[in-house]
Amino acid sequence: MIFFDNVSKVYPVRSRPQTQALEFSHGADNEVSAALLGVTIRIQPEEFVSIVGHSGAGKSTLLKLLIAEDTPSEGRIFLDNEEITALSGRELPRIRRKIGAIFQDYRLLPGKTAYENVSFALEAAGCPDEEINESVPEVLEIVGLLDKMHNFPHELSGGERQRVAIARALVNQPDVIMADEPTGNLDPVNTWEIVRLLERINELGRTVVLATHDKHIVDHLGRRVITLEKGRVIRDEEKGMYHL
Amino acid sequence: MFLTSLKRVIKSAWLSFRRNGLLSTATIVMFGLTLFVIGGLLLLSVVASSILADLEDKIDISLYFVPGADEEDILRIKNELAASEEVKTVTYLSQEETLRVFTERHKDDEAVIASLAEFEGENPLGASLNIRAQNPDQLASVAQFLAKRDYDSVDKINYFENATVIERLAAVVSTVRSLGLVLVLVLSFVAVLVAFNTVRLAIYTAREEINIMKLVGASNWFVRGPFLVTGVIHGSLSGAIVSTAFFPIVWLASPKISFFIPEVDLFGYFTSNFFEFLFIMSAIGIGLGVLSSTIAVRKYLKV
Repeated sequence: MIFFDNVSKVYPVRSRPQTQALEFSHGADNEVSAALLGVTIRIQPEEFVSIVGHSGAGKSTLLKLLIAEDTPSEGRIFLDNEEITALSGRELPRIRRKIGAIFQDYRLLPGKTAYENVSFALEAAGCPDEEINESVPEVLEIVGLLDKMHNFPHELSGGERQRVAIARALVNQPDVIMADEPTGNLDPVNTWEIVRLLERINELGRTVVLATHDKHIVDHLGRRVITLEKGRVIRDEEKGMYHL
Repeated sequence: MFLTSLKRVIKSAWLSFRRNGLLSTATIVMFGLTLFVIGGLLLLSVVASSILADLEDKIDISLYFVPGADEEDILRIKNELAASEEVKTVTYLSQEETLRVFTERHKDDEAVIASLAEFEGENPLGASLNIRAQNPDQLASVAQFLAKRDYDSVDKINYFENATVIERLAAVVSTVRSLGLVLVLVLSFVAVLVAFNTVRLAIYTAREEINIMKLVGASNWFVRGPFLVTGVIHGSLSGAIVSTAFFPIVWLASPKISFFIPEVDLFGYFTSNFFEFLFIMSAIGIGLGVLSSTIAVRKYLKV
């Protein structure tokens, strides 16, 4: 279970240098820009949740806070009753292995083959070699890339690259898959393949948190939709549609 | 699990070491220079201290008597000295023996022989007493004691001259040591700076990889380890290279040193202590490498 408890993330505004020109400033002294404001969300296990909103609504910030890539300015975040926001740097890797992350720009290592990109995640987690040799082909089969596992990312299409990224996210057997605009760079055909893959992953018993601004995907899924606007949750519907 | 991770960390460090060939070479050269100076100073101090020890062993007091001094008088002084606790040995050289030793030593020097001949068979040299102390430090007090007694028959006490030479040599050695220490410190600083930059660049080059490692939940040491191991590789390689480079240098220099100071066999000393030398060089190199990597990792690798 994921629980965001009244989470805010604000950044100080640094646009105006502190000079004598201050007298012309009409803003408050401590101007801040908010990426998230008082967000409270509870996501149950095996749910498929879409986070929607315009660019800058706070979708990516929300996901970044979930994998502790950043820390909230206020509020607490829990994963399976464990407070992520209270963990020390030493404990973070363990939490991150519970969450498989997928990004719009794939974030594959260009110097490694598809197979190596996936096995890398297990190596980093300290898995023994036998387990790696067993698990990697398994997840590559799930994403349908067994025949291209020895190709480098530049030899793969965008959709194939994203499938490698999904395989990498799956290989640690995480409870949660978190996808930040995974189809943002893909054509419609590849987009649907990725969406179907995410649905299948969800059917296999994993929580999926999908951030997207693709209306068609959200409407097609017919699952829970959380709508963000200017850092606030403005709508949270059990069988939602994309309306903004 | 720990061993598997260690293996992977070392493997990844070795890869990054090879891929950053030029930078690695620059770092090793810089480490090498530093280690070279340290090694040179080490060997120099071995030579210097063996010279000093040798000289200290040779320190003695020679008590020269006026020619024709009463032999009984001399023997009385000898016994008096021998009774002292500080004195190890007192050797008596009679007038005749002194002359024999003197002519023997200068037998090839015609001028000296000629000037001796001017005395027409008379012995111009006095008898002498040679005093060695239990401990060279105590010689000064013995010499002072003798000077205070101010024997009529004593012509000259030649302790103070030697003492000056020894003091000067010791001063030179300590100056060389402290200058060398300054040089070592400056070079170490530069070496650490170069290595620090190498690691910083390596971190920058690998930033994407590091980011992904963190995303997939690599532990802190799995991310940091390779950079520290790279420091170890730089240090141990430069230590090994420098130690090997000293072989021909010492081999060439050793005969020249032995020419001036026959007691010192630098090459023999070096070969018999090679592994110790290698160990010291590598340890210093690894220390420098790990130090610079640690600084770079702490500063630039926020996990």
